[in-house]
Amino acid sequence: MSEAAIARAALRSDRFRLEREADWKRLEAIVSRLEKGRLRGLTDEDLLALPQLYRTVASSLSIARETSLDAATLAYLESLVQRAWFVVYGPRSSLSAWLRGFLGGGWSAAVRAIWPDLLVALLVMVAGAVVGWLLVASDPEWYFAIVGRDMAGGRIPGATAKVLRGTIFGHGGQGGMSVFAAQLFSNNAHVSILAFALGFAFGIPSLLLLVHNLAGLGAMGWLYHSAGLGLDFAGWICIHGSTELYAILLAGAAGLHIGRSIAFPGERPVLQAAGEAGRRAALVMTGVVLMLMVAAVLEGFARQLVDQTFGRFVIGGFMFALWTAYFFAFRGSRGSVAQ
Amino acid sequence: MSDRVSRMGGPERMRRVAARKQRILTTPEGIAIPITLASRGARFGALVVDFIVIIVLFVLGRIAILYIADGVGSAIKRAGLVGPGASAFQFLVILWVLSTFALFNGYFLFFELGPRGATPGKRITGIRIAARDGGRLTAEMVIARNLLRNIELFLPLAFLLGAGVESAPAWLAATGWFLIFMLFPVFNRDRLRAGDVIAGTWVLERPKRKLEAVLSAANATAGPPRSRGDEDAFGAPPREYRFTDGELAVYGEYELQALERVLREGRTQAIEAVYRTISEKIGRNDGWSDESRFLECYYTQLRARLEAGMRMGRRKADKHAGEGR
Repeated sequence: MSEAAIARAALRSDRFRLEREADWKRLEAIVSRLEKGRLRGLTDEDLLALPQLYRTVASSLSIARETSLDAATLAYLESLVQRAWFVVYGPRSSLSAWLRGFLGGGWSAAVRAIWPDLLVALLVMVAGAVVGWLLVASDPEWYFAIVGRDMAGGRIPGATAKVLRGTIFGHGGQGGMSVFAAQLFSNNAHVSILAFALGFAFGIPSLLLLVHNLAGLGAMGWLYHSAGLGLDFAGWICIHGSTELYAILLAGAAGLHIGRSIAFPGERPVLQAAGEAGRRAALVMTGVVLMLMVAAVLEGFARQLVDQTFGRFVIGGFMFALWTAYFFAFRGSRGSVAQ
Repeated sequence: MSDRVSRMGGPERMRRVAARKQRILTTPEGIAIPITLASRGARFGALVVDFIVIIVLFVLGRIAILYIADGVGSAIKRAGLVGPGASAFQFLVILWVLSTFALFNGYFLFFELGPRGATPGKRITGIRIAARDGGRLTAEMVIARNLLRNIELFLPLAFLLGAGVESAPAWLAATGWFLIFMLFPVFNRDRLRAGDVIAGTWVLERPKRKLEAVLSAANATAGPPRSRGDEDAFGAPPREYRFTDGELAVYGEYELQALERVLREGRTQAIEAVYRTISEKIGRNDGWSDESRFLECYYTQLRARLEAGMRMGRRKADKHAGEGR
C-alpha cells in the first residue's frame, strides 16, 4: 500500500489495516504453500519469519478487536491466525528427533509413570496363570475351554512326554522361521493394541484379556509339568516370553491406566485426565510394538536355534534384566517427548 | 436492519449462538480464535475416502505380491523347496504380513503426523485434527487417537470375519459395537470420538480461504471513490453526505456490521431496502437514487463514531443499547 493511500484512509482502523496488510499477505502466502505441501517454493527466510509473522498477525488481531469494527477484516484475521496456528503448532515433522526423545528417556519415563497400573496388571497376570493351572489341575476338561482345541494341537492332556518334548525341542533345522516370526509379531501386536484400546471401557476388558491369555499359559504349564517337563517348558516360554509377556504387561497396564483415569479422574476434569493418561499410554504402546518385534525375532529364530533349556533361560533372563534396567534404572535426558 | 436477533452481549456471542459448532480456542500466546468443529458428515466422508484408499492400496499390494509369487512359484517348481526360490517365497510372505500390519496401523499415523495433520480423506473434506488445549499437536496424541481406531473399526470387522458372515449374532454384535463407537461423537458437545477423548484432540474445519475483501467502504469519504472510472478527482465528484451526531447515534455495532454485509454484497434490492429503513429512521431523504453512496458515507461515519467510542472504552452493541456502557 502506498503512503498516499494510507494517508487518505478516513478511519484510523483502516490506516492500521493498510499499514500492516503486507505482513498479513506474506503470512498468508507462506501458510498457503505449507497447507498445499509445496515446500520447495519457500525460502529459508520465509520459514524463519513464520513464527514472527504469526505473532505479528496475532497481535494485529488483538488490536483490531479492540479498535476496528470492520467485520470482514476481523474474520480474515481470525481465519489467518487459525491457519498459521495450525502450521506453527502442527506436528513436528522430524521423526528422528521424536524417536531420539522417545528412546532417550521418554519411553522409560512413561513406563515409570504408570507403575501402579503395572503392579495391578502384574498381579492380574499372575492370578490368571495360577487360576489356569489350578482349574486344569482339578479337571483336565478345562484345558480345552481355556486353551482351545485349534491352538492345542498335539498338546493335550494325556499326551505322552515324548510328544510334548517334541513340541518344544528339535525345530532347529526347520525352514520358514522368519515367516513364523512375522506372523507372531503381527498377531501379538494386534492383541496388545486390543488390550490397550479396551482400556477405554474403564480398563476391565484389558484385565479380562490378560487373565484369558495367562490362564492359557498356566494351563499349558500344568500340562508340561505333569509330564515332567515343567522346567523345559519354562525355558521354552522364557526365551521370548520375558520380552513378550513384558510387552503384554505394559499394554495391559497402559489400557488400565486410561480406564483408571476415566473412572477416577481425581481433581482434574475427566477429559483432561483421559487425555493425559492417553498420551502417556500411547508412548508406552509405541514401545510395546517395538518390544513385540524383538520378541517375535526371539520366538521365531532364537527359540528354534537354541535347543536347550539352560541357554533359553540365559537369553530370556538377560532380556528381562535388560528391559527392567532400561525402564526403571535408566533416567536418560528428560526426553522432549515427555512434556 | 429491522430484524433483530435475541439480545446478546456482543457480536461474538451472537455468532456463537448462531452456530453451535463454534468454539473459542486460546493459543499459547493467549489469543482467542473462534474455530469451527468439523461436521459429522465431513468426518464420515473423510473416513469413507480413507477406507477406499486403504482398500485400494491393499488390493494393489496383494496383486503385486501375488504376481511376483507367481514368478517365484515357477522357480520353486524347477528347483524344489530349497535355494533362492524358497527364500524369495518366504520373503514375500513376510512382506505380505508386515505390510498388512503397517497399512492398517500406519496409514492414519503417517498422514496425521505430517505437517498438514490430515489424512487424504480429511484433506478432501476440508478438516484436520488439532490439540484441544490450543498447544502443539504432538506425536503421542496422534498415536493415541489412532490406536483406538482398532476397537472402533477393525475389531468388529475382524470379529465378523472370524465368526463367519452368515452368523446372525455376529452381525448383531458387530453392528451394536459399531453403533456405540460411531455414535460416540453424537453424544458429546465437542463431537469427540473415543480416540479424541484419549488423545486430547479434536477435529476442526480448516477455515475457508477468505481472501481479503476489497477495502472497506470507509475510505470513500476522504479518498477517491471506489469505482475505477473516477479515480482522479476530476470527474464528477461523488456527493458527500454529512450526518449529525444525532443521526449516527441511533445505531450500534450490530447494525453497522449488517450494513457492511449489505454494502459488500452490493445487491441493489437490499441496498434500497436498507436505505429506506435508515432514511426513515433518521428522517432524511436526500440520498434518493444515490443510495449506495449515501449508505457508504453513513457506514463510514457511523464506524468512525463507534470506533472513536471504542477507543474511549464505550461500546454500543446495537440500536437498543444505551451510550457509554
